[in-house]
Amino acid sequence: MSNVNTPALSGHIFEDYAVLTLHDLSRMCTVETHHIVELVDEGILDVAASDGGHWQFTGEALRRAQLALRLQRDLEVNLAGVALALELMEEIGRLQRALRRVGHET
Amino acid sequence: MEFKDYYKVMGIARDATEAQIKQAYRKLARKYHPDVSKEKDAEARFKDLGEAYEVLKNPEKRAAYDQLGSGPRPGEQFRPPPDWGAGFEFSGAGGGQDQAYSDFFDSLFGGQARGRTRAASDTGQGEDHHAKIMLDLEASLQGGQRTFTLRVPGVDSTGRLESKERTLNVQIPKGILAGQHIRLAGQGSAPTGKGTPGDLFIEVEFQPHALYRVDGRDLYLPLPVTPWEASLGASIAIPTPSGTVQLKIPAGSQGGTKLRLKGRGIPATPPGDLYAVLEIALPPANDEKSRAAYLAMAAELPFNPRAKMGV
Repeated sequence: MSNVNTPALSGHIFEDYAVLTLHDLSRMCTVETHHIVELVDEGILDVAASDGGHWQFTGEALRRAQLALRLQRDLEVNLAGVALALELMEEIGRLQRALRRVGHET
Repeated sequence: MEFKDYYKVMGIARDATEAQIKQAYRKLARKYHPDVSKEKDAEARFKDLGEAYEVLKNPEKRAAYDQLGSGPRPGEQFRPPPDWGAGFEFSGAGGGQDQAYSDFFDSLFGGQARGRTRAASDTGQGEDHHAKIMLDLEASLQGGQRTFTLRVPGVDSTGRLESKERTLNVQIPKGILAGQHIRLAGQGSAPTGKGTPGDLFIEVEFQPHALYRVDGRDLYLPLPVTPWEASLGASIAIPTPSGTVQLKIPAGSQGGTKLRLKGRGIPATPPGDLYAVLEIALPPANDEKSRAAYLAMAAELPFNPRAKMGV
């Protein structure tokens, strides 16, 4: 097995500094740009800023885009279905955090 | 090698129609998709399901698979027949899932029928890799090095997918939150051309902590207090991530009261808060002295907690 005494790798917290262009996000999701544009059109992804007509996304958008694309591909649901699933998953997340705060393991 | 009964995996009859196969896949995929499922073995089940569907949805592969019959009897080892694959031409790319299939699948359908794995971008840039780790909360509170073993899919010299173990020693950025990623530049796939190597994205999740419950950047500390500390007020010592502090309990506090310690949560940017959540702990009445104290309270205090119940 590789040596664990090698110097530690260090990196940044991606979400804290990342500003992604449409091209960055498409490349990181390994899809063509039109798939990302569809996610924006459906209201699944928010455009954080528009710099001279060029979209910019936050680091959070990566996780959301990947999740949406996985659901779309694996479950064969359309984008409206993906959007609804994401909203419900977020609601479940909120409820689970509320339960954990009062001591229920979820 | 273990024979895989793809019909059993999908819970369908051997004479199922294409429509029934598709229906069964969609239903089970929703149930076992790792992003939505709460089932313990969801990831393994979903992988088996994807492999079964990959074969059964394709008439050529399904016909070839059906020739094997229902497989060896339980306990027997499966070997592909010597004339396996003769007379079948597996065309087209598969589903494009970026996952390794079982040895059973590989022995039957090998490399040529495997779904194309993620296409490298035309710039020749190496692919990014993604992994998820369970981290102790202290790593985020204090920062520090942690060692992880990740399973990394790769391609061996014959072009087959394989899974390798890779041990990484990582400096955890202080203040990282659950769901955030550590980006390790250049630790993904090597470039195919003259591009740059991909990055490794490590998603962080926290293990349960003995003291604190985590909600985003905020921490919740269930804090047991005595009835007299809650009723009369008190200054008590409590643990925080940055060390012990004195916390003032206001007189007349109840169980469930939340006391906020600003900026003493996870040291992110901006830092989270720490909430002490009061829990009234009753002293046991297990000797004469404590029983006498409770009896004195019963006699002295005109207190009916059920006054509003109309009984």
